[in-house]
Amino acid sequence: MPVNTKLDLKMGKATRGAFGEALVELGRKEERVVVCDADLSKSTMTHGFGQEFPERFFTCGIAESNMVSIGAGLAAAGKIAFVASFSCFVLNKGYEQLRVTVAYPQVKNFIVVGTHSGISIGEDGPSQMSVEDLALTCALPGFSVVAPADEVAMKALVPIAAYNGGPVFIRAGRPKVPIVHSEDTKFEIGGSVQLADGGDVTIITFGILVAEALKAAETLAGEGISARVIDMYSIKPLDRAAIEKAAAETGAIVVAEEHLVDSGLGVRVAQVVAETKPAVMEFVGIQDTYAESGTPMGLLEKYGLVAPNIAEAARKAAARKNA
Amino acid sequence: MSKKCSGQRQPIADGAPDATRRVTGRRMIDWKINPMSEKKPIAELKALAKQIRRDIVTMIGAAKSGHPGGSLSAVETLVALYYGVMKHDPKNPAWPERDRFILSKGHACPVLYAVMADCGYTPKGELNTLRQDGSIYQGHPDRRFIPALEASTGSLGQGLSLAIGMGLAARLDGTGSRTYVMLGDGEIQEGQVWEAAMFGAFHKVDNVVAIVDYNKIQLDGFVKEIMGLEPLKDKWESFGWNAIAVDGHDIEALQKAFADAESVKGKPTVIIANTVKGKGVSFMENNPGFHGAAPSPEQLETALKELA
Repeated sequence: MPVNTKLDLKMGKATRGAFGEALVELGRKEERVVVCDADLSKSTMTHGFGQEFPERFFTCGIAESNMVSIGAGLAAAGKIAFVASFSCFVLNKGYEQLRVTVAYPQVKNFIVVGTHSGISIGEDGPSQMSVEDLALTCALPGFSVVAPADEVAMKALVPIAAYNGGPVFIRAGRPKVPIVHSEDTKFEIGGSVQLADGGDVTIITFGILVAEALKAAETLAGEGISARVIDMYSIKPLDRAAIEKAAAETGAIVVAEEHLVDSGLGVRVAQVVAETKPAVMEFVGIQDTYAESGTPMGLLEKYGLVAPNIAEAARKAAARKNA
Repeated sequence: MSKKCSGQRQPIADGAPDATRRVTGRRMIDWKINPMSEKKPIAELKALAKQIRRDIVTMIGAAKSGHPGGSLSAVETLVALYYGVMKHDPKNPAWPERDRFILSKGHACPVLYAVMADCGYTPKGELNTLRQDGSIYQGHPDRRFIPALEASTGSLGQGLSLAIGMGLAARLDGTGSRTYVMLGDGEIQEGQVWEAAMFGAFHKVDNVVAIVDYNKIQLDGFVKEIMGLEPLKDKWESFGWNAIAVDGHDIEALQKAFADAESVKGKPTVIIANTVKGKGVSFMENNPGFHGAAPSPEQLETALKELA
């Protein structure tokens, strides 16, 4: 694949690693924080919290359904409960519990963290891959859903989620990712960050694909297409103003996501576009399929989620707008 | 014994729960601020149980739908808990040191509504709005309508996990708060219950008490013909729980079982309450047909005569 040459993004930590560090920092400041993990603490990176605060760390064994409701009970009784596992396990095995013991009774101070999301978990294969987690969590009334792109975003969003009040899903990834945000960037539930400005097309994305979108924008710039890039890290609620502005000012939008293409961020953005300022749209995401084993970047390439795919969708959108 | 609130409960001597409770440091504090901790005479509680049964059949009759069988089987357990065993204050439902109750078998909410209304948490006069649009007495317990409920339930199998989570929080806070959770017998066919059972014993959550309302009937018929549970006490014990089997319609036996549970440290307790589905109404007793069917107006009249 064409490797970015000019764009100089420094490689940072995996978002799961940043989550683990942020959790320890939060634990030092906030006694109410408790953490539950289902035998994956060395992968979800909650083990650092467990070592420092063993009395506030609960091993649940390989039993995600129970873990979610244990966390709900802790939160209902006044704690700030973080419940972590691989995204596919905690959401798919704990979904009914998220629905009935967290979302429906409007339990506050509950944060579910899904690590190893998307297909970029790589070699472990589809049984461990979460390609539907945004669809699931966005369908829980009252839940906020965030997907930090790098360590800067994750470290900012962990305490924000802790004090959000209503329940939050934080989507984290396995591989190390480039740092795309500056340290002084402000994050909030319902916010977004514009990382590049442009007038011909807007690329809206999140997570590991933010860096790919920035590479695509650079490629497009060389072709005379000026692309705006937005990290839409808050999947729910959405930054509707930023979407409306992008639709009005660029008239063409590409949504790129490491998620099933017909049930993730793309359809949510399309709804806002349809309700506000109609614009041409293209979608980059995982088609109606499960992936396979491979390297993280190899899989992102194979399933059409890297910079060249995003650039191609942007060219198409820009051309359709002008047609 | 110190009268200062220590956050720790004292073991209660076997056979003398009543007397011991009153000299326990914690309970002395409770006695002053917890209006519901006073033990009523047993005859009064029996009369109250009968009143609760009348409320149950009346409200389900008015709603023309609901679950009388599993509500009637649970009456004595809730009466024992809410009148003497649990420390709670209907005027201050958010009291951080309160004991908690979760009705995990949420379909039996008529018994919980009748008891909570009698305690003064909710308006008694509205009980007959059960299941109607706009009623706080929803078809299954819903915290959005009654904030004093500890949980919204109705999807079976989740209350034990919630109770244990609340127990962990109480342990961290040192409040001495205890959490009680009632499970249906059919409900414990759910796998999550046994995940929670493992967790509760492993983490030694001894401030949680589960009650299995063992009325032997579930929606489709008799439990032993749908998915048998025996040997039930052995199952819980093998999971590391202190298990007590008791006549679930004997209020004094229940009171003693709850006191015994409080004296056991290092493991949670399950009370297997042997009960009769539909208890107190002859044509509902042991009748799977009244798991989830309302009495007709004529049947209601008969039921109220039997419960007079």
